Amino acid sequence: MSREPLEQIFLKTVRVSGLVCLCLVVAFPFYWMILSSFRPLERMLLAPAHLLPDLGQLDLHAYKSVLLEHGFLKTLFNSAYVSLFTVLLTLALATFGGYAVARLRFRGREAMALSVLVIYMFPAIVLVVPLYVLFSLMGLRDSLHVLILVYLAQTLPVSLYMLDNYFRSLPVEIESAGLVDGCTRFGVIWRIVIPLSVPALASVALYAFMIAWNEFLFAFMFLDTPGKFTLSRGVFQMADSVHLSKQLVMAASVIITLPVIVLFLVAERQLVKGLTAGALKG
Amino acid sequence: MGEGDKRFHDREAGLAFRMLAPAVFTVLILVLFPVVWNVWLSLKPVALGDLRDPDLLRFDLTLINFVKVLTARDFGRVLATTLVYTVSGSGLSLLLGLMAALMVHGSFPGRALVRGLLISPYVAPVVAVTFVWGFILDPQLGIVNWLGMEHGWLNRPIPFLSQRWFESSILGVRFSIPLALVSVILFEGWRYFPFAFLFILARLQAVPEDLYRAAAVDGASPLQRFRHVTLPQLAPVLLALFLFRFIWTINKFDDVFLLTRGQSGTEVLAIRVYEYAFGEFDIGASSATAMVLFGIVALFLLLMFRATKTRTPD
Repeated sequence: MSREPLEQIFLKTVRVSGLVCLCLVVAFPFYWMILSSFRPLERMLLAPAHLLPDLGQLDLHAYKSVLLEHGFLKTLFNSAYVSLFTVLLTLALATFGGYAVARLRFRGREAMALSVLVIYMFPAIVLVVPLYVLFSLMGLRDSLHVLILVYLAQTLPVSLYMLDNYFRSLPVEIESAGLVDGCTRFGVIWRIVIPLSVPALASVALYAFMIAWNEFLFAFMFLDTPGKFTLSRGVFQMADSVHLSKQLVMAASVIITLPVIVLFLVAERQLVKGLTAGALKG
Repeated sequence: MGEGDKRFHDREAGLAFRMLAPAVFTVLILVLFPVVWNVWLSLKPVALGDLRDPDLLRFDLTLINFVKVLTARDFGRVLATTLVYTVSGSGLSLLLGLMAALMVHGSFPGRALVRGLLISPYVAPVVAVTFVWGFILDPQLGIVNWLGMEHGWLNRPIPFLSQRWFESSILGVRFSIPLALVSVILFEGWRYFPFAFLFILARLQAVPEDLYRAAAVDGASPLQRFRHVTLPQLAPVLLALFLFRFIWTINKFDDVFLLTRGQSGTEVLAIRVYEYAFGEFDIGASSATAMVLFGIVALFLLLMFRATKTRTPD
């Protein structure tokens, strides 16, 4: 047999088995998280390596306990609040900002487009201590609204970049027609640009939601009052108390993971397109 | 430019300013200002206790924080840990991402589902995934150790995330692995390969089909086509991804902190920034450590640009 078909067969085998292995390694922790959240500690101790779900005896007490005790509902509400406002503010600021960079002529426009990505490179760990000092001095640190602003600053660079790119790809003629017909710029944005940009706006919203919902470092450093904890902070606190069972921690993990994964699977294609478009020219 | 034109331009510039101002001010105050203030703090002897001190704004700059940070007895070790963690973590996530992209590229049933699944480690909350891995690797309750004991592969459970060195021998050659550090690096590969995967996959789909056909006509086998067509096409993306991942990994705090609290030989510079500020209440030293981190990133970027520049002529 010549080299070509031999290599073909070899590569196909490697590809299929590799993909199966990779999927298993990726999926297993999530599977185990869900499974353990339904399995009481006694059974976990008896047979920790039991890989199959015991469908006959799903134990829901961990979910009940997590949702009703430990102030978890308040935490859930805080996270929803922070995420919602991060998303709304990101959308508003990035839409106007992105539109200005994409369509309006002003000095420093190119520099602006570039600096957006440079700023993105400043990492949270460098920002967190100075911001901690700043907000402590102002007496504002332990606040969800400050957290929203911090997250907004984290989401804006990439969101501006994504929307700038997207707006540039829209045909400018429709907007010109709108302007000639007597629309103001804001009218054009509201009636023409936004309806045309729903996919891009959806991916920006998802991106901002993921950051706000998942963020740990700032929430961990800034929030002191348990009543203000977001999910990451609250679940960390829960897991830190030694007497808490693994089942509870896993149930809490499932609850905080579920919304992101569901939203992501719904909108994944859009987000991927938005994030990778433009970054790959050349 | 006519008078009317100029007025139109001024109006447009004014409008652009108003539209951009909220975003720009947010970023200025919450990103650029802290960066600058971090430089200031790193040059001041500030403890967490004297934040309200008016001295905070006095112009009595000193290098004492940098001296403290750089001459700390274990600074060399922390630096080495940071570099090993960063380079291997970035490299592993890139390698896994490349493999995943090559395997998912092309069509097969259930491809969209597989792609969605493969991205999930990257989008799930870091708190949840670090907890579940901590649970899986737990010496008492973890499934890995249970399976290992039950089947007699292990004599005693391995504390993957809480033991600094793991002694072992293969064929009589004794060696030791930095166990917790390796576990953290593997986690890093697991969690961040989707990022590389997405970008490489998008780039793969943009490689012109003609190139492969031409190479096939010239008698190149699949592996040769990968080596001489795919890889060169991917090189710029791989380089850019390594750059991004390096910068993000070296600055990563959450993952290491949540997995090991920076114990057992996993103390990296990002953990140090936190330890100085909230363990020792020394804001000055913490900021100075952040500056060191910044310096390493700047140096790395410089080296990368130099390396790519000298290689472009051919």
